Amino acid sequence: MGMTMTQKILARSAGLDRVEPGRLIEGKLDLVLGNDITTPVAITEFNKAGLSSVFDKDKIAIVLDHSTPCKDIKSAQLCAACREFAGEHSITHFYDVGRMGIEHALVPEKGLAAPGEVIVGADSHTCTYGALGAFSTGVGSTDMAAGMATGTLWFKVPSAIKVNLVGRLGKYVSGKDVILHLIGMIGVDGALYHSLEFVGEGVASLEMDDRFTICNMAIEAGGKNGIFPVDAKTIAYLKGRVDREWQSFEADPDAEYAREITIDLSALRPTVAFPHLPSNTRTVDEAAGKPIQQVVIGSCTNGRLKDLREAAAILKGRKVADGVRCIVIPATQQIYLDAMAEGLVADFINAGAVVSTPTCGPCLGGHMGVLSDNEWAISTTNRNFVGRMGPTSSMIILASPAVAAASAVTGVVTDPASL
Amino acid sequence: MKIYKYGDNVDTDVIIPARYLNAPDEKSLASHCMEDIDADFASTVEAGDIVVGGGNFGCGSSREHAPLALKASGVRCVIAKSFARIFYRNSINIGFPILECPEAVDGISAGDAVSVDFSTGVITNKTTGAEFQAAPFPEFINGIIENGGLLKSLKARGVAK
Repeated sequence: MGMTMTQKILARSAGLDRVEPGRLIEGKLDLVLGNDITTPVAITEFNKAGLSSVFDKDKIAIVLDHSTPCKDIKSAQLCAACREFAGEHSITHFYDVGRMGIEHALVPEKGLAAPGEVIVGADSHTCTYGALGAFSTGVGSTDMAAGMATGTLWFKVPSAIKVNLVGRLGKYVSGKDVILHLIGMIGVDGALYHSLEFVGEGVASLEMDDRFTICNMAIEAGGKNGIFPVDAKTIAYLKGRVDREWQSFEADPDAEYAREITIDLSALRPTVAFPHLPSNTRTVDEAAGKPIQQVVIGSCTNGRLKDLREAAAILKGRKVADGVRCIVIPATQQIYLDAMAEGLVADFINAGAVVSTPTCGPCLGGHMGVLSDNEWAISTTNRNFVGRMGPTSSMIILASPAVAAASAVTGVVTDPASL
Repeated sequence: MKIYKYGDNVDTDVIIPARYLNAPDEKSLASHCMEDIDADFASTVEAGDIVVGGGNFGCGSSREHAPLALKASGVRCVIAKSFARIFYRNSINIGFPILECPEAVDGISAGDAVSVDFSTGVITNKTTGAEFQAAPFPEFINGIIENGGLLKSLKARGVAK
């Protein structure tokens, strides 16, 4: 029996010729990541265990992105603890306010993720870097502490679900619609303990930003990781960012999958997810007309340049509806600069939106856009759980940047093609 | 002991909402545990109580604060039909017992008296007399649990210094 992409990467990381699903291995780590919420807990555990040094100061990234610029005194104290630890251990990739971005946009942008690498992050959306053909997965703070100390971590080798993509996306349909459609199809535990391996002739037409979005939400189907094969677009993205050697892996022709699914990209409609699960999906046609009070365009899921371009194309020359607050958050400083250079930031501001410094803020109900009682938001983020962005009575609809921007203009869930 | 029974997809945002993550000390986490789906939990939970969940328990955010909040609340263990994988890792890594057993979840109601033998994985509903066998942990994971968590286990093995 052959191996999947993920199994090959894990086998190599463990120094094994082959691995089988269910086997427990200890794999070598190429990067250990944490943020300002999870790193302080890891530091506490690291110190409590009496650990004294990190395995490699160049293979740890600490990004202060969740509550920054700090929203309150306690958050500032957590960031200070990260700063102190990073200084004490001379962490090379420490990103503070002014240099930081949302971690899952920043890590690939800075060339910290490459094909075939094994990356763990104390943040569930670490699965994003599968878009580059890496094995990357979310872990907890104790895992982060162990990873920082030893450079290895235990993994259960996953079986995979093969997602065969055919056709190509139509106008106003993007990676977000692909992943919401998939989660709607298989459920929030449909890929529990599994890899989601995206293959097929449809892959070539997907831009890197769409692939990042798709892998980012693998966790929302319960997946251990999402992964794409490496192709010309991947290599073009890596150029100028990654100068170390890397190795790409393809699944064996006789690799075994727990399940195979085909998605015809040409047939997809813009898709949204209603409260309170990402699997509660409807097409925009079924959802159109639902009033919303807030729009968020950004996050590790949809705060990249392609996302901002798609939102700006709709908001340019139009106005955000009365009674609607539209918050746009470029995911990194570089994306912010690129969006300014292209005039997108002016388009947003002229439309009546606000443009924020990079932060995870509103996605998790932290700051920069918390909801009030009974309010509805349409958001390009990744979770619409009870109480995620505000009080338990507030409601979140997950959507693509194009649908979110169109809804900002009308004040109700709107198909961009109808404007 | 009391049973707290919840449905499928109990996510880590409801186990401990993000607005409380700026204070990751045990007492603070315990005082807000489960409040978005069970406002009475924090004020009524006592040491030795058991949480019973459906499928995909602990889904969503990777926050280790979630199993920490349950542990700090005095919860003895969580029994669920299945666990989201990061919550599963985190619980093992901090030495917080979790048991995967769909039959037990269906066979336990709020108000039942339940005992758990962690060495055998046998769950006994003392109210109904029914016994259930939870899925056993692999030896490697048992080693982590027996050492009191991942870091202690790595120290014991001489892997971490």
